[in-house]
Amino acid sequence: MAKQEKRTELKVTAIENGTVIDHIPPQSVFQVINILGLSRVKNQIMVGTNLDSQKLGKKGIIKVSKKYFESEEINKIALVAPSATLIVIKDFTVVYKAKVEIPQHITKIVKCINPNCITNHEDIPTNFTVIEREDGLRLHCNYCEKYTKKENIHFV
Amino acid sequence: MKNKSLISIHDITREQYDEVLDLAEKFEKNPKQDVLNKWVVATLFFEPSTRTRLSFESAANQLGARVIGFADASTSSVKKGETLKDTILTVSNYSDIIVMRHPKEGSARYASEVSPVPVINAGDGANQHPTQCLLDLYSIRKTQKKLDGINIAFVGDLKYGRTVHSLVQALTNYKTTFHLISPEELKLPSSVKQYIKDANLEYHQYTEMDEVIPKVDILYMTRIQQERFADPLEYERVKGAYILRDSMLAEAKKNLRVLHPLPRVNEITEDVDDNPKAYYFQQAQNGVYVRQALLTLILGEEKKVKS
Ligand SMILES: [Zn+2]
Repeated sequence: MAKQEKRTELKVTAIENGTVIDHIPPQSVFQVINILGLSRVKNQIMVGTNLDSQKLGKKGIIKVSKKYFESEEINKIALVAPSATLIVIKDFTVVYKAKVEIPQHITKIVKCINPNCITNHEDIPTNFTVIEREDGLRLHCNYCEKYTKKENIHFV
Repeated sequence: MKNKSLISIHDITREQYDEVLDLAEKFEKNPKQDVLNKWVVATLFFEPSTRTRLSFESAANQLGARVIGFADASTSSVKKGETLKDTILTVSNYSDIIVMRHPKEGSARYASEVSPVPVINAGDGANQHPTQCLLDLYSIRKTQKKLDGINIAFVGDLKYGRTVHSLVQALTNYKTTFHLISPEELKLPSSVKQYIKDANLEYHQYTEMDEVIPKVDILYMTRIQQERFADPLEYERVKGAYILRDSMLAEAKKNLRVLHPLPRVNEITEDVDDNPKAYYFQQAQNGVYVRQALLTLILGEEKKVKS
């Protein structure tokens, strides 16, 4: 196990200060990049995907140098990567490590599934309340009051 | 409720329902009172709905308010591509409260977020129409002398009818028993049934109404539209089962009243109109009193109202 982790580290260089998002399902790596708006930041970013993982089989990892996220922001990725772990690094040392949690509200990043919703017709950021029931996660649009089920989630 | 928008039936508590209905009762006794004479009400109808607009305008006018607005977006700047936000911000310069109807769901919520003056939703697409719901509650309370413990039957299109969805949700605040009568294709959505379950109330589903009529206090009829059916033959097959005729009311309880959000097409035959159990025209009239109550409460003038 220690050996495995070490090999991963060699493929994706360690960072001195910043945020690591680990255990991302490979198919969600690019969605995570979009959700966090990483294509627009100037920081050094390292992305690895299809790496071997004991837990997931294959996994993706994203390391963002000198950047820390609000938990509200980082938790949005739980929609596509519920298995992801957030690791905060300072001076090459892990100072914080936790699984992402699905937030109570999702703003801006998800499209409302209702074609007649005002957010699909005017330039309005979407705003959803996350509802978790036994039959799965769904998003309640705060505008049109319709539900978007997890499998129907599309990102803006 | 002063200065608060009313967008969705979820925005108000049971206490606030009572507040609105109590004030509406005063207006029913005395509908012409000069309590809103310093206020300007804007009615913005981005899609036409003559019935609802006239009801609001009559409510405002009878209380001495001035009314501005448009009845159809095709004749206004909206057609020239102005955003909803710009229209609302402009109109809020000229008015103290905005009543709006719009074809897109969520439009009223959005308007209330950008508007410096309160907004009353007079229908946003298939989503909410809270004043219809309040006038339905008023009609039930008035005819049954209570809201708790009512047996209500909803008949017809329970899938797409927003009126039904809102009223079901509002009635889960009271100890209501629901009887849901519809064709298989138009059953109440499970998301709405969930509200009934969450409130630990009872509901029963049927495809025919005859056996249900003797059990209920309120018979709430709705229109079934042909375009809701994928197969036109299916519509032809089922439509007759959801038409109320006077003879069907013979076994009904004495206190039963028939409600309908209007306009009706053929789902209530005209011979029902003369039955004292028919209440749908008074129901529409009650809409004026409820809207008077809402305008007065939101503008904070309820202390001026005489009973
Ligand atoms: Zn929506």
